[in-house]
Amino acid sequence: MFASDIAILLPEIILSVFAMLGLIAAVYTSKDGMAPVLVWLTAALLALMGIYIGLTGEGSQVAFDGMFINDGFARFAKVVILLSAAAILLIGKDFMQRDDLLRFEYPMLIVLATVGMMVMVSSGNLMTLYMGLELQSLSLYVVAAMRRDSVRSTEAGLKYFVLGALSSGILLYGASLTYGFAGTADFAGIVAAVEGGASLGLIFGLAFMVAGLAFKVSAAPFHMWTPDVYEGSPTPVTAFFATAPKMAAMGLLARLAHDAFGSVVSDWQQIIALLAVLSMFLGAIAAIGQTDIKRLMAYSSISHMGFALMGLAAGTEQGVSAMLIYMAIYVTMNVGTFAFILSMQKDGRHVTNISSLNAFSTKEPIKAAAILILMFSLAGVPPMVGFFGKYAVLLAAVDAGLNLVAILGVVASVIGAFYYLRIVYFMYFGEEREGIDGKMSPLAYAGLMAAAAIMLLGVFNLFGVDSLAEAAAATLVR
Amino acid sequence: MGIADFTFYLFAITTVVAGLFVVVSRNPVHSVLWLILAFLSSAGLFVLIGAEFVAMLLVIVYVGAVAVLFLFVVMMLDVDFAELKAEMAKYIPMAGLIGVIILIQLSMAFGPWATAEGVDLLATPNATPEGAAHNTAALGAVIYDHYFLLFQLAGLILLVAMIGAIVLTLRHRTDVKRQNVLAQMYRDPAKAMELKDVKPGQGL
Repeated sequence: MFASDIAILLPEIILSVFAMLGLIAAVYTSKDGMAPVLVWLTAALLALMGIYIGLTGEGSQVAFDGMFINDGFARFAKVVILLSAAAILLIGKDFMQRDDLLRFEYPMLIVLATVGMMVMVSSGNLMTLYMGLELQSLSLYVVAAMRRDSVRSTEAGLKYFVLGALSSGILLYGASLTYGFAGTADFAGIVAAVEGGASLGLIFGLAFMVAGLAFKVSAAPFHMWTPDVYEGSPTPVTAFFATAPKMAAMGLLARLAHDAFGSVVSDWQQIIALLAVLSMFLGAIAAIGQTDIKRLMAYSSISHMGFALMGLAAGTEQGVSAMLIYMAIYVTMNVGTFAFILSMQKDGRHVTNISSLNAFSTKEPIKAAAILILMFSLAGVPPMVGFFGKYAVLLAAVDAGLNLVAILGVVASVIGAFYYLRIVYFMYFGEEREGIDGKMSPLAYAGLMAAAAIMLLGVFNLFGVDSLAEAAAATLVR
Repeated sequence: MGIADFTFYLFAITTVVAGLFVVVSRNPVHSVLWLILAFLSSAGLFVLIGAEFVAMLLVIVYVGAVAVLFLFVVMMLDVDFAELKAEMAKYIPMAGLIGVIILIQLSMAFGPWATAEGVDLLATPNATPEGAAHNTAALGAVIYDHYFLLFQLAGLILLVAMIGAIVLTLRHRTDVKRQNVLAQMYRDPAKAMELKDVKPGQGL
């Protein structure tokens, strides 16, 4: 039994062992001189694991008495997490090197955070859920404060840590209430205990846990930390925050909602729907006044989380599949957008002000076109792939009878389109003045172009992601 | 009232009173000392319900390590606690309101206290039969066997905490003079010193 458990956890074990070996290797050799090599190795291993998980693994496997579940849903989420983590490591490498931030612990912390995320989406027990979440969060707090000579970065790390600890406390309180009422921490046991209606105590536990997880996905009204942390952290770290952890937290939320509380959908549906509507509107409206592109992306991510939550709020298999499609598209768009933000610089200094994009199209027409595609896609303008993500969640919401939520989603999407299009406006029609020089590292350039190409070419069949997501959702929702 | 009841109330009241003094005492060092008393009396409570291992953990880990660490921090950091408290007073009305609302909501949950089947059985202390493994061995079996995965994950989390502490605080400073024991030992007095005969009234 033990050997089969280990086999199921093999990718996680390989990554953890790699992190430890990498640390030892770097300490005993050239320390930070090893860092670029380690980044390459880490990215290669993460991508390899992503491909391995994507190609292998049949059906639903359970390890350690149901504490760890490896099903289609977990595998889909893990592939997205691993590939995006690898991409972010690569596109951020030159930025970190230029700013002398590339220390050998950085890729190792990213690996450990990724292991935490993989445990999160695979958890089958409240305790596994918490362990994965903490492993992820703790690594993220550290990388947020990585630029320790900067007040902004340390503030970001501290703020994230304090609010993260608070949200963990709320989550744990909910988990203990749930355990107290259900008598078990296993999702399978909880779903049996709530069969035929959850008691009031269990609903309290559920509400506290959803609130704690809403902190992690930065859904309004638990979003307050997001803009400050995004702005203060080093940009590659911000890019990481905006991609893999979001997928992991959404996956965790979906798993908790369907695996543990799948028989009382109506009890959590209203909470999630409210969170979705608030996030969509807050993200869309608050981003309008932003001039810093990192803060703007923070609000953009809040708004996008709202849409993903709307898919989850549908409470159906179609909803989960729409959420997965949305998240996969969202992560791809963000990788591309951040590849560009990472290389925004003027005279060797990083700039994040969006007015520095003025008249960028006359200098760099190809890159400007790529940003144009990504911005249209983020806004959900029809020919781009981003539209299909929004379409899927809206369709799921309407099919589940959440017409009002869907209508509000369309309205928020229209409001949100304004600030994406404003960036495009600055690039193409902004008055000419000293803007950023268009230099980009080859890796970041590749990331930007690949993301933009996916946004265009995916229109035909979404590269089959939709059918994969459907199959994944089918294993979660029974 | 039997001796067990008496000791329970003794420890319980001590815990609550000590907890109260942790919050209200003006001197932070006193707060930490009260905290230690609270830990000790809750260890007594654990002994009463037959969880002697947890009681020992509480004494060794919390009193022995955590509280002493607190004491160090409190004494080493120059934090003006009176000022912090004055700052806090501003938020007390709002915090109190939210607290009362949450209290009311939670007491609503306590009213229809309906647990799932079999939970009552779990809540009663499971007395270990004579001759069976005692508490510590039983805990070990659970942690290292049933919860093996969680135990290892907890280890990874601690590893991250350690890496984080190093990443955020370790500085390789080049401007400090470190002690080099070998250099000190190989130092040759004959080369290190030079005797000069200074004539009176001339200087060097």
